Amino acid sequence: MEKVLLKNLGREGAHTVDSYLSGGGYEALRKALGMEPEDIIQMVKDSGLRGRGGAGFPTGLKWSFIPKDAPEKYLCCNADEGEPGTFKDRGIMEYDPHLLLEGMAIASYAIGAHKAYIYIRGEFLFAARRLQEAILEAYEKGFLGENILGTGFSLDIYVHRGFGAYICGEETALLESIEGYRGQPRKKPPFPALSGLYGKPTVINNVETLACLPAIVNRGAEWFASIGPEKSPGPKIFGVSGHVERPGLYELPMGTPLREIVYEHAGGIREGRRLKAVIPGGVSAPLLTESELHTPMDFDSLAKIGSMLGSGGVIVMDETTCMVKTAYIIMRFFSHESCGKCTPCREGTTWLKKIVERIEHGRGVPGDVELLESLCDNIFGRTFCPLGDGAVMALRGVLKNFREEFQYHIEHKRCMV
Amino acid sequence: MDEKTRREIEGKILPKYRTRRSACMASMQLVQRQKGYLTKEDMEEIARLLDMEPVEVEAVGKFYTMYNVERPVGRYHIQVCENLSCSLMGGEHILKHIERLLGIKTGQTTGDKRFTLSVVQCLGSCGTAPVIQVNDDYYENLTDKKVEEILERLK
Ligand SMILES: Cc1cc2nc3c(=O)[nH]c(=O)nc-3n(C[C@H](O)[C@H](O)[C@H](O)COP(=O)(O)O)c2cc1C
Ligand code: SF4
Ligand code: FES
Repeated sequence: MEKVLLKNLGREGAHTVDSYLSGGGYEALRKALGMEPEDIIQMVKDSGLRGRGGAGFPTGLKWSFIPKDAPEKYLCCNADEGEPGTFKDRGIMEYDPHLLLEGMAIASYAIGAHKAYIYIRGEFLFAARRLQEAILEAYEKGFLGENILGTGFSLDIYVHRGFGAYICGEETALLESIEGYRGQPRKKPPFPALSGLYGKPTVINNVETLACLPAIVNRGAEWFASIGPEKSPGPKIFGVSGHVERPGLYELPMGTPLREIVYEHAGGIREGRRLKAVIPGGVSAPLLTESELHTPMDFDSLAKIGSMLGSGGVIVMDETTCMVKTAYIIMRFFSHESCGKCTPCREGTTWLKKIVERIEHGRGVPGDVELLESLCDNIFGRTFCPLGDGAVMALRGVLKNFREEFQYHIEHKRCMV
Repeated sequence: MDEKTRREIEGKILPKYRTRRSACMASMQLVQRQKGYLTKEDMEEIARLLDMEPVEVEAVGKFYTMYNVERPVGRYHIQVCENLSCSLMGGEHILKHIERLLGIKTGQTTGDKRFTLSVVQCLGSCGTAPVIQVNDDYYENLTDKKVEEILERLK
């Protein structure tokens, strides 16, 4: 498949506006500005594009919730990329920043926003600078600012840097953060489409989602819809990490079987070892084992087997991996990142971490696994935002497949592997 | 806060936003960049400039882990990723190796104030694990030898 999102990955100098223009850059924006905003929204609906930030919400539908007559609206690009195992948006921003900016300009025009923010995690300073330079170049060439390409449409794009908080990837926490508050999620409804940034209608989209737009406008909705499964089409970036021969980013059709990603593209398990488990979409996604490797990597196929595509961050673990330790690392992450707003998550993730930690360190006691399971039941569905549920889903995934490793740890005070 | 910083906040940060409060995060980042951490006085000044309460600025500073609130760090802040992909690729070993080389434990600063060692959550660089961040820079695909070279260069 011809690459659309990662065609410039690793290409020195590809990030400049001249390089982008020489590859036909900003033609899609020119075309879009000659269309009616509603027609662009329809085109994106027809393409079947679903959000790449994790939830897979249909992008065109999300845009259509924005009230047409509102005087002030915003677009926010979610570049928080905090889900462990995920490193795809960074690839786009560092090597093809104009692809993102062009996508943002198209989206802003479609929803009628004149200001847009890129919320980028604080650690990505290099990418933030790249974006800032690209924004300046775009202003110089007339792709941003007042009266873009003589069409009367105006748009300013600003970079807002986060500063260390996974929860700011949640869209309403992200808005709080731009407004200068602690990043804690807001109550929904009202949804951001009606009351978002500064109380104004706001669309929040992931970097990869927005980066799909220039190609959709250039090549048409049918082209996009023809790639991969009917209900979740398009190109998708899979970030493969862990025990594989060739970790890295792979742009493939949505719905590519997990086995093909791990064994063909990523070169299989390192040193010829055997696979033990794979997390398909960042640590919040319940892990899968050998028997599930035939699963097509798309939103619906993974949901059907009780996991999720999430961010497409594929973490591969070979037979030497201790699953109690894996669970401990993941629970440590969630308890560290719980924003503290609601009790089930704040207290619950702390307890999950403590108990898994004591099992991992050989201090587990009989009944601990059952205790974990009952804690999970008490947290799940009772938290203010999906972070708490993510912790539970991840742990349940490990326990479902590797319960006996936990029992072994408790009994023998050491690893099975 | 010096005049130049104040001018930068007024001229470069505030115009990006609809409210003064929105400039809080970037202003704190700017001040921390100058000396590596934030004092109570820094936060009070930022609060005054942005029409906020000092406790509000402090709350922001304490919420986001990259702000070093009243926590001076060494000239080089070494942050080792302890999340899953890095751990699978030997992240803990890298951490121990750095502890040994610097003669400090995680969370500590060397006596000469040159290095502070911390652990952090996923840095978004899992495909090139194990990864550390030293101040602004990422170092990826680390091995013992690479770590030794990096520290040698910074010593
Ligand atoms: C705890 C949590 C963390 C999230 N982190 C991110 C993130 O880092 N990047 C992202 O794009 N979406 C993240 N999301 C999803 C966003 O809330 C939102 O659904 C997404 O940005 C919408 O964009 P999309 O429709 O283009 O996918 C996160 C959600 C939750 C609950
Ligand atoms: S579920 Fe966790 S992260 Fe979400 S609001 Fe509650 S405490 Fe905060
Ligand atoms: S797990 Fe270390 S960078 Fe993602």
